[in-house]
Amino acid sequence: MTALAIDVRGLTKSFGPTRAVSDVAIAMPKGQVWGFLGPNGSGKTTTLRMLCGLLKPDAGEGTCLGYDILADSARIKREVGYMTQKFSFWEDLSIRENLEFVARAYSLGRMNQRVDEAIERLGLGHRQRQLAGALSGGWKQRLALAACILHEPKLLLLDEPTAGVDPQARRDFWDQIHHLSAEGLTVLVSTHYMDEAERCDRIVYIAYGNVVARGTVQEVITSSGLETWIVEGEGVRQLLTELSGKPGIDHVAYFGAVLHVSGRDAAALERAIATFRALPGFTWTKTRPSLEDVFIDLMQRQGADKR
Amino acid sequence: MIRWLQRTWAVLIKEFIQMRRDRLTFAMLIGIPIVQLTLFGYAINTDPKNLPAAVHIIEESRFSRTLLSALRNTGYFEFTHIVTTEAEGAKLLKEGTVAFVVTVPAGFERRLLRGEAPQILIEADASDPSAASNALAAIAQLPATVFARDLSEAGASPVATVPVDAVIHRSFNPEGISAYNIVPGLLGVILTMTMVLITALAVTREIERGTMENLLAMPITPGQVMMGKIIPYIFVGYIQVMVILIAARFLFHVPMIGSLTLLSGVLALFIAVNLAVGFTISTLARNQLQAMQMTFFFFLPSILLSGFMFPFRGMPVWAQYIGEALPLTHFLRLVRGILLKGAGPLETAPHVWPLLLMLTLVTLLAMNRYRRTLD
Ligand SMILES: Nc1ncnc2c1ncn2[C@@H]1O[C@H](COP(=O)(O)OP(=O)(O)OP(=O)(O)O)[C@@H](O)[C@H]1O
Ligand SMILES: [Mg+2]
Repeated sequence: MTALAIDVRGLTKSFGPTRAVSDVAIAMPKGQVWGFLGPNGSGKTTTLRMLCGLLKPDAGEGTCLGYDILADSARIKREVGYMTQKFSFWEDLSIRENLEFVARAYSLGRMNQRVDEAIERLGLGHRQRQLAGALSGGWKQRLALAACILHEPKLLLLDEPTAGVDPQARRDFWDQIHHLSAEGLTVLVSTHYMDEAERCDRIVYIAYGNVVARGTVQEVITSSGLETWIVEGEGVRQLLTELSGKPGIDHVAYFGAVLHVSGRDAAALERAIATFRALPGFTWTKTRPSLEDVFIDLMQRQGADKR
Repeated sequence: MIRWLQRTWAVLIKEFIQMRRDRLTFAMLIGIPIVQLTLFGYAINTDPKNLPAAVHIIEESRFSRTLLSALRNTGYFEFTHIVTTEAEGAKLLKEGTVAFVVTVPAGFERRLLRGEAPQILIEADASDPSAASNALAAIAQLPATVFARDLSEAGASPVATVPVDAVIHRSFNPEGISAYNIVPGLLGVILTMTMVLITALAVTREIERGTMENLLAMPITPGQVMMGKIIPYIFVGYIQVMVILIAARFLFHVPMIGSLTLLSGVLALFIAVNLAVGFTISTLARNQLQAMQMTFFFFLPSILLSGFMFPFRGMPVWAQYIGEALPLTHFLRLVRGILLKGAGPLETAPHVWPLLLMLTLVTLLAMNRYRRTLD
């Protein structure tokens, strides 16, 4: 047995003329939690689907839990838990019936006990007879997670599991992920949230079907070669439009009540902001760029390449 | 093996629960046979009265007036048009404005007075044969005494046997279909429609609602999905059959000579073929609307070319070939054979094997077409 939970190379998939995923390689050790990031339509869902045998890659090869992704998808399905981006359980079945269906579909023993436990963990005991369709978005996500770990998979592929979930539930969710990972589960989770990316051991950033950055959060930030200045002060937002588009400034973003001014060329950036630094009432601090700065930068660069 | 059954069982239970929750569909499954049966049943059994008729009197006389009132008194004829030419009558008949054109020829009075039974011509729109037949029968039963008073007033002696010699022309459908043929046939038609449609929708619904992605991510094989989805509807099919047979027996008094055990065996086969067809449709259709359209595409030839609507042997040869390829054709022969003629296993065999063959072929096609991935 290899120590890699996912080991794929050259994964490529096109839908008609659009190339959704091109030449993606992922080598992910067991027991880790990886974040899968990228702008909308960059091919995250497509990649995850190829990993669990829901889509047949046009090219590429590799293994998932040691099983060939092309030939052994039946076995992969038994040992992988895949949570779809869109809620895909049966809305006209109750919470309990959905879980029971999953238990039977995976031919799990001790069905009632397992389902009871799962419902217990979810904290849905009193609502287990309610139809899944009547649940709120966040609760649907929780049900979906409970259902896809019911068969004790070795690898979890989660496609934006926390989209539309409140902060408390998100925190609970991540606690559970880390708990599962401590038990040896491998988790690949796609997300658009930076704070979630920072909870991952490593991240893979994909844009327009190509992996453009990977590594730990530190590594991704360092390798971006980005310089960022933070501007604070009353009415700092007014500077946003003035700064945007100046040569040397790659992007300006306002978040956390401060302005992030970033550029890849440190010297050019300093030249560009020199005149603004003279303005009274604002404090300029040079900092390490945040993950968000790096992602916005990656997104813009990739976007520019495509256009 | 146990796991295989367990997974099939998983799908089966899910379908049963979903079916139970989907009250509207379930009500329709039971309602369709009842509604169709009542509609068709009444078309068969009702004795439609006061049918619009045109009259073409070439030579007016007291006898012709008596004849018309005698016809009116049968309750079947309501004279709505008086025409003066043959063409005018033919046009009304073709349009469907009237169901009959009654022509009283020249010399009607003269012949009566001579003691003969004069001819009258009745042209009937037999495209709806059950509607026309009772009315026509009533003419034959006109009492010999219709003209008695008129004749004695005119000083002639009454006719002995029949008052008039009605020459009947059935237009548009000279064959006519027996009522008993229709109710057993209806069994096949209703099963074809509901069984194909319901499975076609059951799978496309998974695709449309996005639950297919989940189903595919689970270790359930196409065969298990198919079995799990088909079996619950076999039960539904049997409920429909029971409704129809009970109605056929007690409402329409259709004779049931043959073995009901044999019939239920044949029914299981026929239902399975239809469900397999529905499953195949669902693997071709991308959404429920397409599935519905394809079902009707299959349903129409089934109704038209199976011998339900038109006598099978009356169809052109090419249509008969198509008909032979439809499950309903064979089922109609089977069910009519068993119910009406008391056919046994030996006589049914020639129509059972085509159904078995169809079931095998269609199932293979469906399993082949079932998408194991989302591509
Ligand atoms: N079944 C499909 N048919 C045609 N095109 C598809 C299909 N699935 C995905 N695509 C295309 O492939 C590309 C990648 O889509 P994908 O769903 O993998 O993106 P994503 O990274 O998951 O995006 P998001 O963050 O919005 O979920 C998109 O351009 C999308 O339009
Ligand atoms: Mg996606």
